[in-house]
Order: sequence, then C-alpha cells, then structure tokens
Amino acid sequence: MSGVRVLVGTRKGAFVLTSDGARKKWNVDGPHFPGWEMYHIKGSPVDPDRLYASQSSGWFGQVIQRSDDGGKSWNPVDNKFAYDGVPGTHMWYDGTPHPWEFKRVWHLEPSLTDRDTVFAGVEDAALFKSTDGGASWNELSGLRGHGSGAHWQPGAGGMCLHTIVLDPTNANRMFIAISAAGAFRTEDGGVTWTPINKGLRSAQIPDQDAEVGHCVHRIAMHASNPKRLYMQKHWDVMRSDDGGDNWHEVSGNLPTDFGFPIDVHAHEPETIYVVPITSDAHHFPPDGKLRVYRSRTGGNEWEELGKGLPEKDCYVNVLRDAMAVDTLDSCGVYFGTTGGQVYVSSNSGDNWAPIVHDLPAVLSVEVQTLS
Amino acid sequence: MIRVVLPSPLRALAQVGNEIALDVAGDVTLRTVLDAIEARHPMLRGTIRDHTTKQRRAFVRFFASERDLSHQSPDDMLPESVAEGKEPLLVVGAMAGG
Repeated sequence: MSGVRVLVGTRKGAFVLTSDGARKKWNVDGPHFPGWEMYHIKGSPVDPDRLYASQSSGWFGQVIQRSDDGGKSWNPVDNKFAYDGVPGTHMWYDGTPHPWEFKRVWHLEPSLTDRDTVFAGVEDAALFKSTDGGASWNELSGLRGHGSGAHWQPGAGGMCLHTIVLDPTNANRMFIAISAAGAFRTEDGGVTWTPINKGLRSAQIPDQDAEVGHCVHRIAMHASNPKRLYMQKHWDVMRSDDGGDNWHEVSGNLPTDFGFPIDVHAHEPETIYVVPITSDAHHFPPDGKLRVYRSRTGGNEWEELGKGLPEKDCYVNVLRDAMAVDTLDSCGVYFGTTGGQVYVSSNSGDNWAPIVHDLPAVLSVEVQTLS
Repeated sequence: MIRVVLPSPLRALAQVGNEIALDVAGDVTLRTVLDAIEARHPMLRGTIRDHTTKQRRAFVRFFASERDLSHQSPDDMLPESVAEGKEPLLVVGAMAGG
C-alpha cells in the first residue's frame, strides 16, 4: 500500500510524519535530535530508507546524521567541511572583505542515481560532495573559485548556498543558488560554473545587469522539462525556458511577489506553487491570511488557495525549503511554517488541513512517496 | 583515568552517560584530553573545538577546580585533581541566548 513520509526540520529537532495514501491520519514521530537546529533532512531517490540530515547548534557546530532504515535510527557521519585551499575573502555587509568561514549546512541533495552520493550546500557559500554516504566531504571548489566569489555578499540570513537542483537527464548538469550571489549552473559535474542571472532585476543592487548579487530564494524544476526553471527571488517570481540563460518575470496577479519557497506539481510541469509574503520587512502573509498561490500556466496567472488555511490573525512565514510535493496520483502538497504548523493538501492544493499545529519553527519539509 | 563531564547535547550525540573516563598518556592537558575524547568518540570532532585550528568553539568552556580554564593554553597542565582522577574536567555549553 502506498504512503508518504514527511521529513520535517525545525529549530529544535526533526520530526517524521507518516500516513497512508489517503493522507488523512498521521503518525508523528519525534523529536529526533531534540534541541538541535535541523536545517534539512532528505531521502535518497534511489533508496528511500537512506536519509541524510543536517544537525547544527550555535554551541556545538555542525553534525551530519545518516539513517539507513527510514529514520528509525541514525548515525553521525563526517562533519568536516574544509574549504579547498586558502579560502580567501568574500564581501561583508559593509562592503569590506571578510574571510570565508564555514557555519552550517543548509541543504542536502542526495544523488538521483547513487544512494551514497550526496551534495551539501553550506554557509559561507560553497558546495560539497560526498561519494561515501557522508563518511567524507570534498568541496567542489570551482564554484567558489569561479572568480566572482570575492564579490559575493551575504543576505540577511547569511551567505548560504541553499538550493541544489539536479538535472535528471544529465548527471553533469546542476543548478545552485546562493543568497545573495544568485544562481549558477555547471555542465561538467561541478568542476566549472556559470552565473545564470540574466534578466533578474533587484532594486537592492545598483547594477541591474551585474553578473552576481541577486538574492535568489529558491529554484524549482520539473523532471520532465529540465530546461524550464522556476525561481522565487527576494522579490519577483521568475521563469527560465532555456536552462537559466535568460529569466523573465511571471509574478502576474500575485498579491505580492516576495516569498521564499516555490515548487512544481509532480505530474503537471506547468503547475507551480508559491506562498506570497507581504514584504522583506514584514515576514508574514498579507492581511494575516495564510495563502498558497497556484499557477497552472507556468506563472503569470495565479489563483488563491485557502480552503483549510488560516483566514485571519496568521503572522507566520514559510521558509525556502519548507515546501514539498509527493508523487501520488493525486499530488500532495506540503508546507511548514515558522509557527510550527505543517499543512497538507492531498488534492494539488484545492483543500488544506494541518498535520501538526505546534512544532518548533519549521525550517524544512521534504516528502517521500513510499510504495 | 581522566574523568570528563560533557554537556548533555554532546552526551546524546556520543551516546554516553553523565561522565566518561579516559586514558591519557603523558601530560594531562586540554589538548591531550580532547585528543583522547575525539579518538574514543569521533562524532565529537568539530563540536568542542575546530577540526583544523583546534580552537575552542566560542560557546564551549572548560571548568575544573572551580576555575575557568577556557583561556589557558591547550598545552598547560590541567589541575592535579583532574590528572589524578579526583574530579572531572567539565566541558560546559556556555549560557547564551538570553
């Protein structure tokens, strides 16, 4: 019988939420690693029992955990993320050079073809790769060494590499995004990288055509069309139809185009979801009404989805990694909030229901569809 | 045997009890004790001090004999009471965050 396993990272631990295909009754397991910040937990597409988790603490630093039994038990693996060579400097908030310093792992992206290969996006921004199930990590330093690295600046949340998108048709092509450097693409497995920020417009930087400097919040792709990329930028929802070479805005009739997550329906490559947030100063939904917006046309034309979501007095945020979709026939959409709620829609967003109300602030949500 | 009390998050990570006991050959210093901890419990590498520089993490402190030893050289001898196993070295997560 099919079912789903939702992996939730929070400010104070990890939770595993499971249900059958109906997605009505849920079992809540956790907290795992109580007290630790769990930035991201994600399963291998090759072996769903293989999970990777980023565990961190302001006191004790970074730990990476691995499970080989779907989250029933965990074992710490290597946590040494050493920059390749002399790391040099990037630009600090005030424009002065600042040494590159490892702080934490924001995102773990398991390989599409090998359960022991996993990528880690870290702060200060860099990409690491493990080919031994997390037993060791090596930097793909061509990204940081691209040449523009000295000009990268942190966003408010730090200079984090938060998005890693793997092309299912080409193992050598992947896309990453950094706040606030922008988006980059590799065609050779991470050896060399190209900035892909043409067409982005950001009032917060002086040169609109700058190669780097845009605050990209999240990129999403549908496996059936790797040339088509969707982006939630700091402000603006963007789309590329040529693998990131050019971007155009598809914010359309959204009530606000500021936000963090963006995701694509499992079976409809043109159907995308965002959560509009009032502004970068007000990290909460407009009018205190929590709403997901769906476009069935690849952007521009958006519909409000609110059945089952708070109608008033809701002042939470939804962070960039806190939305996911399952691959059941009736696509499930999930998101978590900084208020500790995790919501599910089992019908592509038409109706919503809370799975849990009172977790710690949710940092990330991933879902595994289990057969 | 050298006795060490770890902060509770690290006890959970290393799956150990309130106090651990370690053999330390030669001089008993912060460096040799931390080397012994990390050799016995590799998952603690990087959580008390930096992997490479070996600098103490900012919010970790070392106490013994009612003294804060955090700022002494890692190669200074620890108090005799610690070296003789009469009292534990305390690894403490500093109060932070309000």
